[in-house]
Amino acid sequence: MKFLVCISNVPDTTTKITFTPDNKEFNKAGVQFVINPWDEYALTRAIELKEQQGGGTVTVLNVGEADTEPNIRKALAIGADDAIRVNAFPKDAFFVAEQIANAAKDGGYDVILMGKESIDYNGFQVHGMVGEMLGIPTVAPAMKLDMNGTTATLEREIEGGKEIVEVQTPFVASCQQPMCEPRIPNMRGIMTARTKPLKVVEAVGEPARTEVAEYALPPKKQGVKLIPAENAGELIKLLRNEAKVI
Amino acid sequence: MSVLVVVECDNGEVKKSSLEVASYGSQVAQMLGTTATAVAVGEATEANLAHLGEQGISKVLYDAEPRLKDFVNGAYTKLIAAAAEKEQAQVIVLANSNIGASVGSRLSVRLKASLATNVVELPKTDGGKFTVKRGAYSGKAFADVVLSGDRKIIAVKKNSIEALHNAGQTAPVESFSAQLSDADFADAPKQVVMQDQAGGILLPEADKVVSGGRGMKGPENWNLIEDLAKALGAATACSKPVSDVDWRPHHEHVGQTGITVSPNLYIACGISGAIQHLAGVNSSKVIVVINKDPEAPFFKAADYGIVGDVFDVLPKLTQAVKELG
Repeated sequence: MKFLVCISNVPDTTTKITFTPDNKEFNKAGVQFVINPWDEYALTRAIELKEQQGGGTVTVLNVGEADTEPNIRKALAIGADDAIRVNAFPKDAFFVAEQIANAAKDGGYDVILMGKESIDYNGFQVHGMVGEMLGIPTVAPAMKLDMNGTTATLEREIEGGKEIVEVQTPFVASCQQPMCEPRIPNMRGIMTARTKPLKVVEAVGEPARTEVAEYALPPKKQGVKLIPAENAGELIKLLRNEAKVI
Repeated sequence: MSVLVVVECDNGEVKKSSLEVASYGSQVAQMLGTTATAVAVGEATEANLAHLGEQGISKVLYDAEPRLKDFVNGAYTKLIAAAAEKEQAQVIVLANSNIGASVGSRLSVRLKASLATNVVELPKTDGGKFTVKRGAYSGKAFADVVLSGDRKIIAVKKNSIEALHNAGQTAPVESFSAQLSDADFADAPKQVVMQDQAGGILLPEADKVVSGGRGMKGPENWNLIEDLAKALGAATACSKPVSDVDWRPHHEHVGQTGITVSPNLYIACGISGAIQHLAGVNSSKVIVVINKDPEAPFFKAADYGIVGDVFDVLPKLTQAVKELG
């Protein structure tokens, strides 16, 4: 079985977010980039399923410029077999989805996995777009994925519960907790990752359909109003009479 | 030309987030000089759908096909696309829910539309551009996004728009069929399993949330969180370390890699306020922090705070809420 796992290159989760002086772009200075945490679930689960089946391949795909390659190598060190980098800045979800759909068409993948969303753009869009472009089912967000031949059983999160869904390959799923315990690379993986194939291809398709005009930080808080613990009930009166939220 | 609003229903009732979406859509229609039609998905009653007139909806389309009771991505996408074509909708508005985002992303390809999710304000249409404000960087920032396509799809973040209530206004409900086939239900759920929610309030829909962290010491103490939540009519939540050690289920995990919430009131109990947790809650209208450590970083993001032991403070708060009547 051929798995395609799509990964984003995102700022580390502890990053304090700032923008360039014109507020048009994220300020990368001094920021460490990591594999999008949601995508780590997709990557690890694909590797686990490949191991269970005793065969197959896991290909990672990233739409990004050359500076994303350290994290692509990290994905190879975790256990992916090979990688594709679409050499382009990921302009918007539609643009990224087109690159993934194009690679999937050429590669004949059975299962396409990715994280629920990226922690920078938070779009929760790419999986559905890829599914629609390829005319195959999408299950999002998936909390569990098991394979039995060409049949996949997934648990999909719904508000207040979950749905059990069965689909046939090929399909797209976006992944989230508690799908698996993400793996970290070991020394052997790091050594072998250096020699695994990483193919660089150019972007295809239409231009982006959305454009960020400006970024902004949330307004600063006024400062905390402290209530003495011995008089904690006063807080409830303030929430009703001052903040008017209860 | 019109605005189409996708309304999610559950057990016959229109979801609270869909009332917000309907209000958003009718205001967009007013801006564009047109009307807003709703298409309902899920289990709905005609009487409840008619009340969408209170949110400014002119007409409601409803397909009573029983297999649409539970979410089916393929069928919902086809149904909404058919409604969009029937109404010649230029703008489609949905909730930024798992259903809304799943369907919205497929629809954007099918209808060749620009899509923005996580939207927190009404659009701006200055200078011929259609711009929406959306949350980005897991709540640590906002982005003004220009939607360039002729058709636009907007997924509205919960609790970011006040629902309109024009009492007495009703909307006619029309039967609508998208001629769905068995193939459209290929990804239908085999089983739906509902989980216990404290007080029956769903976390993603809640406008008040009481949340606990490692300072609660163990799952056996969660009754203190649940008591306050029940008294307030709030949902319960937790920080990532708590769900990682299985004190609470994963569907209660709030934060950067969990659920992002934006309630009117978020009460954090025994949570220090790591940047990843703050990212999931900092668009809450009012944040209350209870922690015995006065240096806990969460106090910097809070509107109200109590430096004290959660085991002493929480029963006092619950009692005070009960005394309000």
